[in-house]
Amino acid sequence: MKSICFYFQIHQPFRLKRYRFFDIGNDHYYYDDFANDDIVTRIAQRSYIPMVQTLLDMVSEYKDSFKCAISITGTAIEQLQQYVPEFIDLLKKLVDTGNVEFLSETYAHSLASLEDPDEFVNQVKRHDKLIKELFGQKPKVIRNTELIYDDDIALTIASMGFKAAITEGAKHILGWKSPNFVYNSASAPKLKLLLKNDKLSDDISRNFANTDWDEYPLTADKYIDWIAQLPEDQQIVNIFLSMETFGEFLPHETGIFDFMKALPRFAAEKGVGFMTPTEAVAKLKPVDMLSIPYPISWADEARDVSAWKGNMLQREALNKLYSIAERVNLCTDLRLKQDWEYLQSSDHFFYMSTKTMADGSAHANFSPYDSPYSAFTNYMNVLADFMVRVNEQYPEEIGNEELNSLLLTIRNQSQEIETLNKEVKQLRNNILQADDANNEQIEVVSEEKPAKATKGAKKAPAKKSAAKKTSAK
Amino acid sequence: MFGWEFPPHILGGLGTASYGLTQGMHNNGDMEITFVIPKPFGDEDRSFANIVGANCVPVAWRDVDWNYVENRIGKVMNPQLYFDLRDHIYADFNYMRLNDLGCIEFSGRYPDNLLEEINNYSIMAGVIARTIPCDVIHSHDWLTYPAGIHAKNVTGKPLVIHVHATDFDRSRGNVNPTVFGIEKDGMNQADHIITVSNLTRRTVIDKYGIDPAKVTTVHNAVIPLSDDLLSIPKPDNKEKVVTFLGRITMQKGPEYFVEAAAKVLQKDHNVRFVMAGSGDKMDDMIRLVAKRGIADRFHFTGFLRGRQVYEMLKASDVYIMPSVSEPFGISPLEAMQMGVPSIISKQSGCAEILNHVVKTDYWDIDAMADAIHSIISYPAMYESLKEEGLNEMKGITWEKAGKKVIDIYKSLINK
Repeated sequence: MKSICFYFQIHQPFRLKRYRFFDIGNDHYYYDDFANDDIVTRIAQRSYIPMVQTLLDMVSEYKDSFKCAISITGTAIEQLQQYVPEFIDLLKKLVDTGNVEFLSETYAHSLASLEDPDEFVNQVKRHDKLIKELFGQKPKVIRNTELIYDDDIALTIASMGFKAAITEGAKHILGWKSPNFVYNSASAPKLKLLLKNDKLSDDISRNFANTDWDEYPLTADKYIDWIAQLPEDQQIVNIFLSMETFGEFLPHETGIFDFMKALPRFAAEKGVGFMTPTEAVAKLKPVDMLSIPYPISWADEARDVSAWKGNMLQREALNKLYSIAERVNLCTDLRLKQDWEYLQSSDHFFYMSTKTMADGSAHANFSPYDSPYSAFTNYMNVLADFMVRVNEQYPEEIGNEELNSLLLTIRNQSQEIETLNKEVKQLRNNILQADDANNEQIEVVSEEKPAKATKGAKKAPAKKSAAKKTSAK
Repeated sequence: MFGWEFPPHILGGLGTASYGLTQGMHNNGDMEITFVIPKPFGDEDRSFANIVGANCVPVAWRDVDWNYVENRIGKVMNPQLYFDLRDHIYADFNYMRLNDLGCIEFSGRYPDNLLEEINNYSIMAGVIARTIPCDVIHSHDWLTYPAGIHAKNVTGKPLVIHVHATDFDRSRGNVNPTVFGIEKDGMNQADHIITVSNLTRRTVIDKYGIDPAKVTTVHNAVIPLSDDLLSIPKPDNKEKVVTFLGRITMQKGPEYFVEAAAKVLQKDHNVRFVMAGSGDKMDDMIRLVAKRGIADRFHFTGFLRGRQVYEMLKASDVYIMPSVSEPFGISPLEAMQMGVPSIISKQSGCAEILNHVVKTDYWDIDAMADAIHSIISYPAMYESLKEEGLNEMKGITWEKAGKKVIDIYKSLINK
């Protein structure tokens, strides 16, 4: 039996406000609350809410024969919680049906997988923690930002214990291979890969409302028919779409929601089922290894990462951003950490793409800036202020390693203090026990107690200064 | 073609544009161009157009011999042409102030008696129209519209007028009625109007009430710079240099540059600002600079000519053109050719075709200051604007512009 594996992406970045260079050092709030509220609310009303409602209807009507997956970024969740909390409730309702799987990804839809593997791991963990808290699911399959994937990323993903990853399956990447199978990664053979069926995904996202298309209008039975007529051995069709496709890019009037609602009925007629990614990788065996030496993504014609790091501006901004990664990780300031997360959203780099001017006119449509240069200027101003704040915490003059060793000493100290405290407690308990046994010695114990406590506290600072001296050498 | 300026003796962008367009059209082949200017100096490039000086065109008969003519104007005109022209004098203009050859003297600049000079130019055009056969008449800017109309009436050939600027641009809206009258008359009588940007096209349609169907935009382009100019070494400045280059007049928005400079200097003191050029607002600007207390970092060079312009550009890290209204504005293109990142106002015509520049509103001094700061602080911004700008300039050629003009000619002739 053939199966359709649907996955819908929800992402919203924290858009930056206009941040002039004279704000650097004076203003530490970077976000355009008005625009964020406006955009998130609009998209939620037009697209997310009706779409999730549609999915709910489909699940309640067709029960277990309809399933799908959703991936939602941390930044999107935060904004939806703030501006459209009813949507989160709706999502929870959908989760409760048990037919929806949440996927793992980076918290902020970042490019960390390309720049800083450690940071990538951290972000994925943070994201999954949030999903677990909100929806009670622990994601088992990962989709990286914009389906970015290569062999190195596969290693990182596999080391985190994921069963499978989702990525792009465009023709010029796969060659003669078909995306309608499960593959495994060449670098990490245990990691299975689900590949996006480019044509069938695009038929919805790009062609559905395109009256020039020779197959227009696309109906549910025609669509299912195409899938049913695929060769017998091709068992899975992965349709990966941005959720905004429904209602936002393709307005309600195009009939896209009715199209979705009708799919399960025709699927049942033709004997096509639905699966979640986890089920797919559990049921189907990988047919081949797939080696992808250079990063791919689902963006633009080339399906590479040039939309985010294709030009000088983007590379510079990314280099500057990740040059301070280590320092930020040393920080404990929550606001700083939060800004760090938000500033990594891939969208900021997308806005700097100069491909706008040639083929990628899609970039211009999404950008709140009038040119890549103003996007870069604004971002760099914000980043400059952010770096000032990081520097205030840990001055630049101290090298990373030195700082690390100092912090390590401090951490060791605090651990030592903790163990010493424990010891003190234990001793106290011992004494108390001894008290019970020997009531006469009360006076002696009360004198000894404070003496021991001060001893422990004094010991620590002394060691700290000693450690400083050695590292200064 | 009737023009007013021609390199190397130019006062503004008009001359450069006329030169580039003529050359571009010539390079498209199969075209003979006669270019009339008020006063040639003899050092103009004549390889692609026959340049005729209006001050060598006789409007009254003088009995002079070949050698005398050769002696007097030989270096700017073939004497044979003088005699041909003399055979086509159409009325007696002896009441006018004429020289020994029966020609009217022209200054070729923008003198106080400009209107009189424009009129004289049109009288002279009558002789040319009767002598030199042509298929199309092309007038560059309002100064030559009357000449174009006159030539059209004489020959019956279609008239194309080329709007490099309108009086609305020059005066920020307070138009001179006489100039407006000449412009409007030219536009009404023209068979087709070429504007240098969509911005100007809109002005022509909205303010002059012209039928949109006969107005076409042909954007200006740039002539590749010589290696000699490109190889000017970049001086080793410790400080960044931000340059404004152009006439210091109301139209160019110099005060916004000063205000933006003051903003940048509040934050970053390692920058110098240069205002190169001269104009009626220069004294005001010097006063404004003093008032803002930035005179130690803000410099005026006075009028720069020829090679000096390129030396100035080469020494700059940022070029800025905050024009309030600029029909096209060719100078940012030149700055980009020299590899200087440019900031231009959205109210400039060239903003329509340039991608790798920073565009701001002319009044938005915050955005302007921010852009200046960005280019001088973030190396990637500087490099990207520089490299991409150089690439972009390679694609903007006068040949393409010339082709569009030729297509317009063809459609007029075949009408």
